[in-house]
Amino acid sequence: MSVYDNESHVIKGIKFGVLPPHEIIRMAKVTVIRDAIYEADGSPVAGGLRDPHFGAIEPGERCPVCGNTRDTCPGHFGKIDLARPVIVPHYGDALHGILQATCRNCGRILIPTDRIRYLTAIKERLKKRWPKLADTFVEEVKREAAARMECPHCGARQFKIRFIKPFTFYEEHPEGERRLNPIDVRERVEKTIDEDLVLLGVDPKYSRPEWMIITSLPVPPLSVRPSITLETGYRAEDDLTHALAEIVRQNERLKNFLISNAPETMIEDAWLTLQHVVASYIDNELPNTYQLTHRRKRALKTLAQRLKGKEGRLRGNLSGKRVNYSARTVISPDPMISVNEVGVPVEIAKILTVPIMVTPYNIEEARRYVLNGPDKWPGATYVYKARNGKKIDLRYIRNHKQLAEGLEVGDIVERHLIDGDIVLFNRQPSLHRMSILGHIVRVMPYKTFRLNPLVCPPYNADFDGDEMNLHVPRLYEAMVEAKELLLVEKHILTPRYGGPIIGGRQDYISGAYLLTVKTSLFTEEEVGQILAAAGYKGPLPEPAILKPRKLWTGKQLVSLFLPEDLDFKGKSKINAGSLKCGSEDCFHDSYIIVSGGKLLMGVLDKNAIGAEQPENLLHIIALEYGVSKARLLLDTLFKGFIRALEMRGLTMALDDIEIPEEAKEEIMGMVDEYKEKVAQLIRDYEEGRLEVIPGRTPEESLELKIIGLLQELREKAGQVAVSHMDPFNDVFIMARTGARGGEVNITQMAAMLGQQTVRGKRIRRGFRKRTLPHFKENDLSPEARGFVRGNFRDGLRPTEVFFHAAGGREGLVDTAVKTSQSGYMQRRLINALQDLVVSYDGTVKDAWGNIIQFKYGEDGVDPTLSYHGDGVKIDRIIQRVAKKNGDRR
Amino acid sequence: MARRLEEVLSAAREILPPSKYSELVEKLEASGLDESGKIEVVEEVVRRYMVVMAQPGEPVGTVAAQSIGEPGTQMTLRTFHYAGLMEFDVTLGLPRLIEIVDARREPSTPTMTIYLDEKIRGNREEVKRIAQRIEYTTMENVLAGIEYFLGDNEITIRLDPEMMEDKGVTTERVVEALKKARLGEIEVMDDYTITIRLSERVLPPEYIYDMKTYRDIEAKIRRLYLKGIKGIKRVIIQEQEDEETGERYYILRSEGSNLAEVLKVKGVDYTKTTTNNIYEIAQVLGIEAARNAIIREIIDVLSSSGLDVDIRHVMLVADQMTWTGRIRQIGRLGVVGEKPSVLARAAFEVTVRQLFDAAVKGEEELIYGVTESVITGMPPLVGTGTVLLRISPGTIPPAGSS
Repeated sequence: MSVYDNESHVIKGIKFGVLPPHEIIRMAKVTVIRDAIYEADGSPVAGGLRDPHFGAIEPGERCPVCGNTRDTCPGHFGKIDLARPVIVPHYGDALHGILQATCRNCGRILIPTDRIRYLTAIKERLKKRWPKLADTFVEEVKREAAARMECPHCGARQFKIRFIKPFTFYEEHPEGERRLNPIDVRERVEKTIDEDLVLLGVDPKYSRPEWMIITSLPVPPLSVRPSITLETGYRAEDDLTHALAEIVRQNERLKNFLISNAPETMIEDAWLTLQHVVASYIDNELPNTYQLTHRRKRALKTLAQRLKGKEGRLRGNLSGKRVNYSARTVISPDPMISVNEVGVPVEIAKILTVPIMVTPYNIEEARRYVLNGPDKWPGATYVYKARNGKKIDLRYIRNHKQLAEGLEVGDIVERHLIDGDIVLFNRQPSLHRMSILGHIVRVMPYKTFRLNPLVCPPYNADFDGDEMNLHVPRLYEAMVEAKELLLVEKHILTPRYGGPIIGGRQDYISGAYLLTVKTSLFTEEEVGQILAAAGYKGPLPEPAILKPRKLWTGKQLVSLFLPEDLDFKGKSKINAGSLKCGSEDCFHDSYIIVSGGKLLMGVLDKNAIGAEQPENLLHIIALEYGVSKARLLLDTLFKGFIRALEMRGLTMALDDIEIPEEAKEEIMGMVDEYKEKVAQLIRDYEEGRLEVIPGRTPEESLELKIIGLLQELREKAGQVAVSHMDPFNDVFIMARTGARGGEVNITQMAAMLGQQTVRGKRIRRGFRKRTLPHFKENDLSPEARGFVRGNFRDGLRPTEVFFHAAGGREGLVDTAVKTSQSGYMQRRLINALQDLVVSYDGTVKDAWGNIIQFKYGEDGVDPTLSYHGDGVKIDRIIQRVAKKNGDRR
Repeated sequence: MARRLEEVLSAAREILPPSKYSELVEKLEASGLDESGKIEVVEEVVRRYMVVMAQPGEPVGTVAAQSIGEPGTQMTLRTFHYAGLMEFDVTLGLPRLIEIVDARREPSTPTMTIYLDEKIRGNREEVKRIAQRIEYTTMENVLAGIEYFLGDNEITIRLDPEMMEDKGVTTERVVEALKKARLGEIEVMDDYTITIRLSERVLPPEYIYDMKTYRDIEAKIRRLYLKGIKGIKRVIIQEQEDEETGERYYILRSEGSNLAEVLKVKGVDYTKTTTNNIYEIAQVLGIEAARNAIIREIIDVLSSSGLDVDIRHVMLVADQMTWTGRIRQIGRLGVVGEKPSVLARAAFEVTVRQLFDAAVKGEEELIYGVTESVITGMPPLVGTGTVLLRISPGTIPPAGSS
């Protein structure tokens, strides 16, 4: 089944069952009879909960059972012999089912013999094909059996059994209820026979019902419940030990009552207490029981609590594990390293290590590491000698030179992380597979991880204090997988929508636009600077302008980096509003045409080189020329964009968002006009003349209409503001090219903020019948209900600031709620789908071989490699063939 | 040469999905390429198709879950949004997405989109008539007022002419409904006024001064069914334009849903009419239809939030929810809860219960799935873990020994 079939320590499977009493007795090396833990002299009490027979845990201690020290002693179980049996609470339901379905006299299932055979056959068949259905079938059988009030085997009369969680059973006789104590219950279920139990969904070989009632309680070894010594010298015992001590106490009390022939009520009472304590030891959050607490305060963490929940054993320690060889620090940008790289601080590189086997080929290199020792990079921290299997810690070795010279082939050196090593880099929350990528190490000074800003989108990282984690793969298999499957460049394309997730953002986009815009011409020196930054080696193209001096266009420079036979057409982001062009022949230079690897027309902006923009230039290159070609572009051309931007400079000042006086007046006029419109609506409403939207109340209709009007007003004001902006205004460039911000932001800065809303409605709450004491009661006018006519440049009025804050707060609350909700949804999706894999026959199967889809996604296409969902773009192939054959359509 | 192209094409037909194949044929025809060019195109298309196919071992489930879960963080939380119409709210965004994967019995805002037969869909009057037939109408909707006096067994019902017109209710229908309710003797004063002399059965003489009895009778009258389909609270007529022909026609959108009944209404185009209640679709049209409904609903929610997710991921979620023939929830009570693996279930939710139940049943953990493998420290059987063929270390000669 597994790749480790030929190894001895392999878990093939796990069988679940109820621990049988004989097994409990067999494993027990000590019987606990005393609730005291230590004697007065501090030594553990014999027959107490720290009896040495539980296993060696102190340094130097030898285990009296197995003779091992604490490193090798596995720990041993003990037991508590309960004076009277108790029910394990979680088996209550199972016991109830069995009690109801079997005869109170003969213990047989309440179904006639031939029908038992028939039903068992059906059940077995169901179990093979539809295990879940078999469970439902068993429930059905139980119901049938429970309904029969007379035993078909011995003819005894049956009674209903009432079960009160977690462990109380009553038998409903006509003359009244009779309580069944654990001994009664056990006597009944003991009589059941194996064949009947199978039909009741119980595997009798591994879980006889009488085992669910215990007289011998297993006590786990000390290694499961270690005690800790506080600095004060006091010993603090584990919660489990406390819970067990309570069980011993109650058990001894019950024993005494039994020996001293106490009245039956006292015995019953003590028995019930013991039952409660044992139940709490197993699960301290059961309903209808007493919680065991620490001095009447904190509830003890008992067995069930250890397993449960996010930090419990299963989710906290088994599904997710803590690891070594990892590091975490703040990230900062470094646009000059490759997107495939990560800058690692020397200090971290000196702690994280990679084991290398010394061979004849690298022995000199290995010697250098050993010579440098643990403190000088690139050095080594440990050496494992092949000769004697000893581990040498270089921190405590005086003579590194001697050790280096004594290095032999076959030794293993733990060397520092060096340039060229592959590591995994991760930013939480890890929402998709691009949240952990493979990076090549570049060891650098200072204390932050350095990250190329182009890889921010997959991690969703920024540099406002984000921290990231780094993990070092230490086996060759892991390193190779990291390099071949996880490397950044292998994840330029995302499976989510079939497009590039890595690409330009912010300055890269402004830079690309300013480099390629028609008005930009560069002198020879400038061209040199840009191309040098981009790492271009090769001849310069013929300048676009020769006289009076040689000048190159930005498009010429971009063309130097494009593949020679690349053809591409597409609209720019700026192809909107006043710069809109429908056809290829575009006056505004907003239609991109690349032919034969030459950028002929159009500016490059978000739509051409941006991240998360499917079917753009970068996407086409990644798909048709390979991701490493796309990565090369990111490492060369994109650095040129940044250089071009640096040469021009891009900034923002107050006058970038200033609009002329007449524009302001125009907006003021519009505000008055719309205020009047709203006032008219309010008048209509008050006079009952308002046209009501069907299905809405007049109030709702009014609100909807007002919101609609005010929205329109803000849009119009924004248009006025934008129309008065200088096209080479830096803020405007950023908005138009998609580098940062949009029309909304410009409107808010230059024109007006507009209506603030809370839960999609105008702001209404606050004071009685009004939002703020500045207004009259029941004032429905825009300014009294959260309309902000001011803008960020000119400032807001006091009331406007308040409304804006109210609207802003909703956004913050929303994000907080949203993350938890969508996080849970994603966890469920992952859990439901994680086992689905494409098989060799092209079907999608789950881990148990069920076919979920006959062909993945109905066409078998991997969305990662698709053109925005389209597996093969026939048009592009036809074009390419047509061009090659020279007979263009 | 002509034969060759046919050969290549028929080979391509075997390999390519039908839609891609017909697209290819269509585009080849329009390309104006010569024979050899066409062959080259076909070969390249097939080659490309083989390259972009998902590889064996690809963990498509995890990728789908991530591709739908990750944009969840970017979705709006706001429950209500106008979906193009102001008349009623429709749940969108993250809450709706959660509702779909939860497989809730009832969506929080059930809605139907009702298409009408081509003959009548352009005629506003006809459309309105159908809308009136569908909309659930009670006396309440057409009532202007009910009058009665304590101690008097006569009740006067006043109808609202405008509402009667709007809902398409006639006085005869009202009288009929009242008769059926058997309240007493009915007298029609004029078209919009009706009096009822309550019978002693309805208003026993000893209760003649009991306010509550009167109120109960009034409530009963208000609830009286007049016409329409149960569950359809409101119907709105929307105008639409056919994208190709430019024809303008009307469709109906309803608040509340009852697919089975609406499909029976004459004039309703039962081939297109649909609802956002997935269980109803499964019940009326079958599990395949429900699968398509899940896909459509998820895509609609995502695209209304402006998010771009490949349909293949959504299909996989829908298939995982429906492949057993029933709709299963993504979660403890559905897909995850029905996994055969104890550890996978225990690692998800209700850990302790799962383990005790497994003990009773004597279940066996076979460690096939991903979670189980991680827990037991085995390589999971996905991705590179699917490859079970290994070279045993001894068979490779040590480096430098050749």
